[in-house]
Amino acid sequence: MKRFLGFVKKEFIHIFRDYRTLIILFGIPAVQILVFGFVVSTDIKDAGVAILDLSRDETTQKLTDKILSSGFFRKTGELLNYNDIDRIFKKGNTKAVIIFEKDLGSRLFREGTASVNIIADGSEPNVATLVSNYISAIISDFNREMNKTLLSSSPVVQPEVRMYFNPSLKSHFMFVPGVITLIMILICALMTSVTITREKEFGTMEVLLVSPLKPSQIILGKVAPYFLLSFINIITILILSWFVFGLPVRGSLILLLLETMLYIMMSLTLGILISTVSKTMQQAIFISAIGMMLPTILLSGFIFPIENMPKVYDYFSSILPPRYFIVIIKNIMIKGTGLQYVWKETLIIALMTLIFMALSIKKFSLRLQQ
Amino acid sequence: MKTVIEAEEISRNFGKVKALDNVTFSVNEGEIFGFIGPDGAGKTTLFRIVTTLLLPDSGTMKVLGFDSIKDFRELRKHIGYMPGRFSLYPDLSVEENLNFYATVFGTTVNENYSLIEAIYKHLEPFRKRLARDLSGGMKQKLALSCALIHRPRLLVLDEPTTGVDAVSRVEFWEILQGMKEHNITVLVSTPYMDEAMRCNRVALIQQGQILTIDTPDNIKSGFRGKLFKIKAPGKFKLINAVRDHHNTLSAYPFGDSVHATFFNDTVPEDFVNYLTMKGIENVQITESEAHIEDRFLELMNI
Repeated sequence: MKRFLGFVKKEFIHIFRDYRTLIILFGIPAVQILVFGFVVSTDIKDAGVAILDLSRDETTQKLTDKILSSGFFRKTGELLNYNDIDRIFKKGNTKAVIIFEKDLGSRLFREGTASVNIIADGSEPNVATLVSNYISAIISDFNREMNKTLLSSSPVVQPEVRMYFNPSLKSHFMFVPGVITLIMILICALMTSVTITREKEFGTMEVLLVSPLKPSQIILGKVAPYFLLSFINIITILILSWFVFGLPVRGSLILLLLETMLYIMMSLTLGILISTVSKTMQQAIFISAIGMMLPTILLSGFIFPIENMPKVYDYFSSILPPRYFIVIIKNIMIKGTGLQYVWKETLIIALMTLIFMALSIKKFSLRLQQ
Repeated sequence: MKTVIEAEEISRNFGKVKALDNVTFSVNEGEIFGFIGPDGAGKTTLFRIVTTLLLPDSGTMKVLGFDSIKDFRELRKHIGYMPGRFSLYPDLSVEENLNFYATVFGTTVNENYSLIEAIYKHLEPFRKRLARDLSGGMKQKLALSCALIHRPRLLVLDEPTTGVDAVSRVEFWEILQGMKEHNITVLVSTPYMDEAMRCNRVALIQQGQILTIDTPDNIKSGFRGKLFKIKAPGKFKLINAVRDHHNTLSAYPFGDSVHATFFNDTVPEDFVNYLTMKGIENVQITESEAHIEDRFLELMNI
């Protein structure tokens, strides 16, 4: 036990004496959360719209005010005719043009119907869809208000959509759990694999192997400090996302932390496994950074829904641990569900941890490999 | 006298390369046993087998009475190993490195301080300094202290003085000579011939095969022919000229001169004239005592 503690102490000295490790460990997660949270936003905020009002009456004025005061849009210009549309799109900061037809107000009163034309910039398909949906929603809202005040038109079936769990469709709800999933596996796997291969490169592994330390003690001694630090890291991220994005933890915090510990453990054992197959630090960095990051971002369901992928990718992604953790963390944080809804995923991650651990203890040879 | 290492017909291949080919040797308790040979001769591989880090493909090895394959766990407790590469943590201080190795081997620095005192006292003033900032000689002294901290019965040192300045090398060997008092057997490898003279016995090894094992003096006197030292300005030209002469058996550079042996153990009569014709003047030829290196080269040429 004393040997083990001495080993752990040495690991802590390594970590705290190397500021780069500390930056990777604590700086990158915080920065990533903030960057992903703020920059990679799929919400609309102050999207540029231009108005081509051919009617210029009270109704169109009201509608324009309603759209612009929603907070989602910002007026980039008043157009005079159709020829301006092309010009203003080419300028770039306009995402959509709203066209009110001639005599919109009077037509609405006379015939009970009138049309608004939305032209969106299709060069950015996601934004275009979002913008047109938002504008349509605002217009139908306007319709309902009109119906109430006029009491004239015939009753129509109005769908009322409510986004459960995330009423305002904030993208942080998607990114924060995703980023936690991504960062934890990256950092844990990277750090442990690097620290073990470093001993190989420095030649100290040879002496450690000759020492009476058991392989399990070496492995645990490597893992323990990173386990502790990653756990502190997770708590920092959760506090950060609570204060900056107002992201709640709806489910049990204890359950979330326990699940996170399991996931950290899994990532650390994966890191050890990587270190047993790589001879140099560079190899270890390459495998854990490139080999883990891209599949996690693209295939784990972090950004792109697994349901929409071709089946092959679906099967491939089922061997990626992040796929399961994303389900767990989203369920607990956002839906507030308990263990009964995520036990399957938990079991899979636990199993993976055991497999990685068994493999690495087996592969972590008591001797030098050649 | 007790035998500390008994190796019999040890072979080890890496792919097609025969790193060790039927190596047999034994080391007695308390002696300094040296392995001398060029880079790639198989010294490191052999030492890794002794320290249980590698398995031999065939052959048996008994170290300190333990089978190095089966009883490796028990054996590891009694071996102090200093690999050829720098084996310290560069970001840990002198003191921290020593304490770490002491804890890992289940002891404390105080317990065995008497053993390392002679070495460590040179390091004491720098104990707060990081290992990466030490000079080459200091690093090796620290690595030796770390290898000794658990009072091993066998000390295995793989090229401990490579890259160390001359003064530190002498100091280092004095320390090794003192190990006998503590009943510690030393197995050491070196590419330096002068260090071979400081061992009790040496094994000359080349391409995975042991050429000879004996005391340094016996090895030296095993030199068969008469050795001549030839000195002249322009060593490269000289050595080629000597080699070209039909009576020359061997010629190789040695320090600032050329060591050569000749047919019939005499310098050919017209030799100085021959060299003058080749454009080499001011030639000095003297008979010389053979060094261990000469014997080594002689053995290599067989």
